[in-house]
Amino acid sequence: MCIKGEKPFTASLIPWIPSSFPHSPTSQKPQSSRKARLTNSFMDCTMNLPLLKITTSDEEGCAYLSEKIHKLTTIIEDPSGLSFSTAECVDAYTLVFDLCTKRGPYEEVSQPVYDHYKKLLEEYIELIVFPSLKKEDGVLFLREFVMRRVNYNVMVRWLLRIFEYIDRHFVPRNKLPTLEEVASTLFCDKVFDEFKCKAKDVVITLIEQEREGEQIDHGLIKQVLTIFLEVGGVNNMKPYEDDFEAHLLENITSYYSKKASSHIYIDSCTKYMLMAEECLKGEKSRASHYLHSSSIDKLLEKIQHELLLVNVNQLLEKKQSGLQVMLQDGKHLERMFNIFSNITEGLDTVAMLFEKHVTKVGMALVKEVENATSDEQGFIRKVIKLNDKYTGYVKNCFMDNALLAKALKQAFEIFCNKSIAGISMPELLATSCDNILKKGGGYEKLGDGDMEEMLEKVVMLLTYVNQKDIFAEFYRKKLASRLLFDGRAGDDREMFILSKLKQQWGSEFTFKMEGMVMDSRLAREGQENFENYLVENLPGKSQISMKATILTRAFWPTYKPSDLHIPAEMRNSIEVFTKFYESKNHRKLTWIFSLGTCKMVGRFRSKAIRLRVTTSQAIALLLFNTSDRLSYQGIKSHLNLTDEDVTRLLHSLSCAKYKILNKEPNTMTISSTDIFEFNAMFTSRMRKIEIPLPLVEEEKKEVLEDVNKDRRYTIDASLVRIMKSQKTLDYQQLVMECEDLLNRRFKPDIKAIKERIETLIELEFLARDGDDPKTIVYVS
Amino acid sequence: MRRSSTRRSGQQNPTASANSTPVDLYRSASSKAIIKELERIDHLFQSYVDKSSGMIDPEGIEQLCSDVEVDHTDVRILMLAWKMKAEKQGYFTLEEWRRGLKALRADTIGKLKKALSELEKEVSKPPNFLDFYSYAFRYCLTEEKQKSIDIESICELLVIVLGSQYMPQVNSFVAYLKTQNDYKVINMDQWMGFLRFCQEANFPSLDNYDPDEAWPLILDNYVEWMREKQSLHQRRTLPKLLWIST
Repeated sequence: MCIKGEKPFTASLIPWIPSSFPHSPTSQKPQSSRKARLTNSFMDCTMNLPLLKITTSDEEGCAYLSEKIHKLTTIIEDPSGLSFSTAECVDAYTLVFDLCTKRGPYEEVSQPVYDHYKKLLEEYIELIVFPSLKKEDGVLFLREFVMRRVNYNVMVRWLLRIFEYIDRHFVPRNKLPTLEEVASTLFCDKVFDEFKCKAKDVVITLIEQEREGEQIDHGLIKQVLTIFLEVGGVNNMKPYEDDFEAHLLENITSYYSKKASSHIYIDSCTKYMLMAEECLKGEKSRASHYLHSSSIDKLLEKIQHELLLVNVNQLLEKKQSGLQVMLQDGKHLERMFNIFSNITEGLDTVAMLFEKHVTKVGMALVKEVENATSDEQGFIRKVIKLNDKYTGYVKNCFMDNALLAKALKQAFEIFCNKSIAGISMPELLATSCDNILKKGGGYEKLGDGDMEEMLEKVVMLLTYVNQKDIFAEFYRKKLASRLLFDGRAGDDREMFILSKLKQQWGSEFTFKMEGMVMDSRLAREGQENFENYLVENLPGKSQISMKATILTRAFWPTYKPSDLHIPAEMRNSIEVFTKFYESKNHRKLTWIFSLGTCKMVGRFRSKAIRLRVTTSQAIALLLFNTSDRLSYQGIKSHLNLTDEDVTRLLHSLSCAKYKILNKEPNTMTISSTDIFEFNAMFTSRMRKIEIPLPLVEEEKKEVLEDVNKDRRYTIDASLVRIMKSQKTLDYQQLVMECEDLLNRRFKPDIKAIKERIETLIELEFLARDGDDPKTIVYVS
Repeated sequence: MRRSSTRRSGQQNPTASANSTPVDLYRSASSKAIIKELERIDHLFQSYVDKSSGMIDPEGIEQLCSDVEVDHTDVRILMLAWKMKAEKQGYFTLEEWRRGLKALRADTIGKLKKALSELEKEVSKPPNFLDFYSYAFRYCLTEEKQKSIDIESICELLVIVLGSQYMPQVNSFVAYLKTQNDYKVINMDQWMGFLRFCQEANFPSLDNYDPDEAWPLILDNYVEWMREKQSLHQRRTLPKLLWIST
């Protein structure tokens, strides 16, 4: 029973308990002195009972008790009047004792007294509690309700003392509810059940008033709610939850749902979020004054649900102020995240809309390229900017929330795997790296730090690309041309980006590229050895000076060796080098002339100009040392190349920017009947010129073919690796595990995996299980 | 004591001899019969054998077919080969011949003829059929290290082996094989896959066909082809139906 609630009244109403009162429950006297006083008090009792006879009948006794209780009631109602003396209390106790024991200790006579106790309380409730509660309304009713509860408790305490004997012997013997339990059940069933609705209504009305800004008596509400909490007994929250909390939540729900629907159309997203934030804060602080702590979370959840979750789409999709605008301006994002991160499922929608927005922005960039309002490299720059911006938001405003980070990644994956105006993203990224790294890519002015940052960002974008192996293949092609043709390409920078790539996707990914850089470094060192060799072994013999780069076949892209016919002076140098190489190594050399360049001097009429050309161009030009005019067919038979190559080559020398050769007839295309002649009149402002030979268009197709071939090996390797460790595996699971393993490098086609499994079955590396064809077994 | 013991031993002896003699008699009789049967089987072999190679060659098999009044492309001849566990297509060795005919208990042409129809029943039992089906594929591998069979032969083989049980499936699959260009040969896995397909997939609705169930890719492609054909068919028939209803 609650002591707190009755505090204002205790001073005058708690019965004075004589120190001699037997077994007083509040007695704090030490146990040792009790025995002596006990005997003493019994003597007192008998002496103080002149009016009562031992033979009092039940009726008489009950009447006497009723009379005493009436007196008590009056005293409780009006403490200033009569007083209830110790003697009277002791008398009543003795009477109960007598009534219960008059027919000897073995005869059961306590039942009528027990019933009488109940009756007395019922009478008290009916005569005193009911009328006074019915009379009042509103706040006054609540006050009355609280006071009645306190008085009832006081009453019960008196009765407990008087009827204590029953509680001590009769109740435990018959396993009946204790007097206290009877009292609280009576209160619960008669008073509480009758008035709980009324009380709840008034309390909710008060809470509503407070929500609108009025002052209310927090203490009173807390007292009323304490009754709700206590009435069901210890640890029984049911009356509170069912009879009050549920109604309050209902009320709150309808209030905030109304509020939400009236605001959602009018307010801007930011204003609405501010409003919601304020509501939540206010409701929380109000609730903490009088609600049970368990209710506060439920309350807030309801409010969040009504204000935010129900309208989340409408709110964040507002055209003028919704998520899109917030993301564009980078404002209020933190507030939005804080509001929604507390709501279960709240962030789901935010993430979904975030992903949608980023995808939209990204796709718009893709469109720009398709409509030719932006070029591919500009696109990459914009995507990098976009990535910076949104990763920044995720990190700073969204606290690195995993859900939102995932949404961002998914959005980028969508448009980073689209083909951009016919060019795939991996190829674009490879070109982008090439532009940054190569000479003349427009990035020469960048400092090392800036360049490294740029490269890092390009590598970042690669994480969104599924077909990373295509990037690797294109990258190697570009790297090859940087290493072979671009004398200045810095090894440090090459190694820097390779280390970044390695960090992300492992050494398997960069193994070949690193080998390529290593080859070109070794070639530079090897050149010195070769020159020394020339001095030692062939002193005095003049020949064309030559540099050869040894490319390890496994690292470099595949090149077709051509049947180019090499003139004698070059052949001599090649033979010397071959001899030199074979004196130290036992590997077979294959010459790739298509990757060679030559520096030669053109003695034109006005001045001599240095020309930088490819090997095949050089050989074609050398032909004009011995003859003035040559036909297309003549040149072709000398070079021993295909029509396609010859046309390309002659075009570059006679129809492009620098016209080293004159052509008859003088048209812009090459035909097999043309005649060529050295253009002695050619001149240029520069002393050194470079004549580029356009690349063959097939290259891209070749790269993709190489990738496909590589993929087959990679899939095979993964399948065998999985099966080697698992021995037997469900077919579908094998496909899935293989997919997982490959995902780092490219997004494999399921059909390709299935095809490879079948090939491996045919080659007897794998087999289907004899009993279950859906299970694959590793054949060792 | 002695008497009784001798009597006992005397009693034992005759029972022992009485027990042993019928068994021996039976044994010798059955072994005699077996030897005779074997002789007749060998004799039968001699009537078809090609003297130079010591095996029954394609010509001999054709002769055998006409003797048992069965076409040489009949599935029963393939079943006979399965029973013999014949290794090389078109040839039976003496050992294979003995193995097969002994198991069939056939030592004359007449008995063999009867046994062949019995054999058909035996093969149709599920585990036997699976074994027979995979044997049929292996039997067609004629070259050393050959692992797959060209589409044309596969189509014929499918009709022979599965034609009686799964006619609609076989016809449809053969039609697919003849129109597609992705596959020129069929391997064992694909061959076994088709039997599972016939046994498990609802035909022709294919509504329970799930590509995630470890089917060989060729069957995925086949089902795709089928579904396309079906939807095309539906699209073609739909306007007609509409026209009729109006």
